[in-house]
Formats: sequence, structure tokens, C-alpha cells
Amino acid sequence: MSNNNASNNLIIAQRAVKQLRLEASIRRIKVSQAAAELQKFCLQNASRDPLLVGVPSSDNPFRPPKSCSLF
Amino acid sequence: MGEMEQLRKEADALKDQITAARKAVQDTTLEEAAAGVAVVGRVQMKTRKTLRGHLAKIYAMHWATDSKLCVSASQDGKLIVWDSITTNKVNAIPLKSSWVMTCAYAPSGNLVACGGLDNMCSIYNLKGKDGNVKVMRELAAHTGYLSCCRFISDTEIITSSGDCTCILWDIETGTQKTSFAGHQGDCMSLAVSPDFSYFISGACDFTAKLWDIRDGNCRQTFAGHESDINAIGFFPNGQAVITGSDDATCKLYDLRADQELITYQDSSIMCGVTSLAPSLSGRLILAGYDDFNVNIWDSLKAERVGALAGHDNRVSCIGVSADGMACCTGSWDSFLKIWN
Repeated sequence: MSNNNASNNLIIAQRAVKQLRLEASIRRIKVSQAAAELQKFCLQNASRDPLLVGVPSSDNPFRPPKSCSLF
Repeated sequence: MGEMEQLRKEADALKDQITAARKAVQDTTLEEAAAGVAVVGRVQMKTRKTLRGHLAKIYAMHWATDSKLCVSASQDGKLIVWDSITTNKVNAIPLKSSWVMTCAYAPSGNLVACGGLDNMCSIYNLKGKDGNVKVMRELAAHTGYLSCCRFISDTEIITSSGDCTCILWDIETGTQKTSFAGHQGDCMSLAVSPDFSYFISGACDFTAKLWDIRDGNCRQTFAGHESDINAIGFFPNGQAVITGSDDATCKLYDLRADQELITYQDSSIMCGVTSLAPSLSGRLILAGYDDFNVNIWDSLKAERVGALAGHDNRVSCIGVSADGMACCTGSWDSFLKIWN
């Protein structure tokens, strides 16, 4: 019984080390580059972001148009 | 030295290695890098629609990819598909188990899914031949509650569970394709990358993990939160992850720099984050809190630039439509609100 627990713990520890090796091995870019790209994405898409720039009521599907039109 | 002792030493050394590698690329902070960018002006949104019909707390909502329909799940035992523009209920689906905690809309619009304390993920076909919505599959294998689910396609769905694992399912056969184990606490939330190759999970072990959907490996683990992570989402370009926690903060982690870039917090906010969604450009992060409010954050400057007040109870779920036109909030007050 205690042998099983011991070998289980060993397997868990081996897995943990294997996982840490994997995570340690990834290639990392500099924060300056990551930050610049996030900023660039935000700024490039800003004009297309309705919640950021606001939606004119005529284009807002959730707002009824101010005047009633009869078709 | 026993093998256990050796492994423990190796694990500690690897953790130190990761910490050092992250520090080595930390040549600046997002705060410094964005110093030249002005904070966005005050964001004011109004409730445009209120979706009324649920009779109990709403636990989850998800937009369809058409930016018009959305699905919500409530512990009144119903899944409701709404036309958010007309506020009509397109479908009201009675559930076998009313203890629902999550729901999802398939990208195709053909299926919806939900699950909760029944430990199962139930898939419903909205486009059945005779017009009736029926259970198509019941995906059972988790040994804990279903906290979140997201479709990859009409044939694959990923679930996260209180049993600390996530599972990728084959919907047609109803079987597990891949199990993602590694979290040491209940998995609370998941999000799929825009290119469908990765997903991220947030858990009660205070970490977020990035998983490769195809090979089943955990690629990266992000720590830093001081309590359960309840909400998680991808930054729209797929290169960063945003998390929301019971520690009252949201954090942004960059995937390629493999570290936290910024924390969204304010000393006046002392309650947990329940849900979050970025706006289309990623510049705004809308986060729902236990204090019934939604705070709107400037993602680059970490400043609060607005709030959505209108619910009479906890905001449990939030989603921004695919075209970025509107934000939908769901609350324990039984209502959903559409804002822009």
C-alpha cells in the first residue's frame, strides 16, 4: 500500500519536472516588443472599434431610428 | 539523495530558470512603453435593450457569431436563444438539470451547449428537421461540475470542470479526444484562441494555463493572482491573455514574452471579478464584478474609463459581439442587458 503511494508520488514528481522542462524551454520575446505590438494592434483597430469610438444612432442596430419611415 | 529529493531539487531549479528567463526579457514595462499614449476619454454606454424572461439567476451568456443572436443559461432550468435586436425569444429550451453554470453557441449557429452541476455537457441542435430543439449528445466523463464550454466547430467542443481538468470532445461519437490535466484546483473558465489552435484555462489554483489543442500539452503557466481566476479571455490578436480573479484584479499576460504585463486594479474595488470581455480592438476591457457593476478599463493604461451600472445583483457574465457593436451583460437579477 505504502509502496503504491510512494511510486505514485514519484510519477507525479516526474511529470511535474517534465512539464517544467517544457515550459522552461519556450522562446521568449522582449517585453518592449510585446508591448509595442499590443499597442500597435489597439491603435490600428481603434477606429473600427464601435464601443471605443461610439456608434452613431443611424448605424446602431440596437437603437430605433429617430424618425419613423413608412415603406 | 533519494529520487524524490532529486526531482524536487530539479523542479525548484527549473522554476528558478523560468523566473530568470522571464526577467531577462523584461527590458521595460507596458506602463513605460505606453507612456506616450493618451488615456481614452470617458466611455459612456447606455442600456439599449433589456432581455426579460428568465425567472432566476443568469449564470452564463454567449453571443452567436452573427452578432444578433445570443444564448443565456439560468438556474430557472432554461437555455434561451434571444434575438438581441428585437428582444424576441427565438428558442426557450427546458433543461434536464436546472443547475446550469455555462452555455455556448457554436460558430456555425447550428448548436448550443450547456452544463453545470450535472457534470455533463449537453449539446442541443437548433436546426433539427421538425423544428424542435432536442438534446443531440450528452458528454459525460468529468467527475466535477462543468464550469465552461466552448465549441471549436460543430464536431468538437472543449469543456472545463471542477475536477481540475479540461476535455476536448468529439461531439459525433460523444467521446473524449484529449484530456488536459495539470491544474491543481477547479478549472473555472476557458477561452479558445482566434485561430482555434490553443485554448487558455483559469483555475482555483490561481493560475492560467495555455494548452495546445492538438497535442494536448500545457505550453505555458501564468501565476500572479492571489485568488481564484473566474474569468479568462484572449486579447483580440491572440497574443495575450486577460484574466479576472476573486482577488479583485484583472491581469494581462503576454504569450510571447511569457509574463504578466499589467494589472487592472483600484484600491476602491474590493470584490471579485466574475466575467470579462475585451472590445474589438482590445483597447477596452469590460469586467463584471460581484458588486453589481461592470468596470471599463483602458487596457494599455490600466485606468478605469467607465462603468456600466444598471443591474440589481451580481453581473455573472459578459460578452462583446463579434462585430464589436455591443456588449451584453447577464446578471443574478435575471436580466440581460445590451449596451453600446
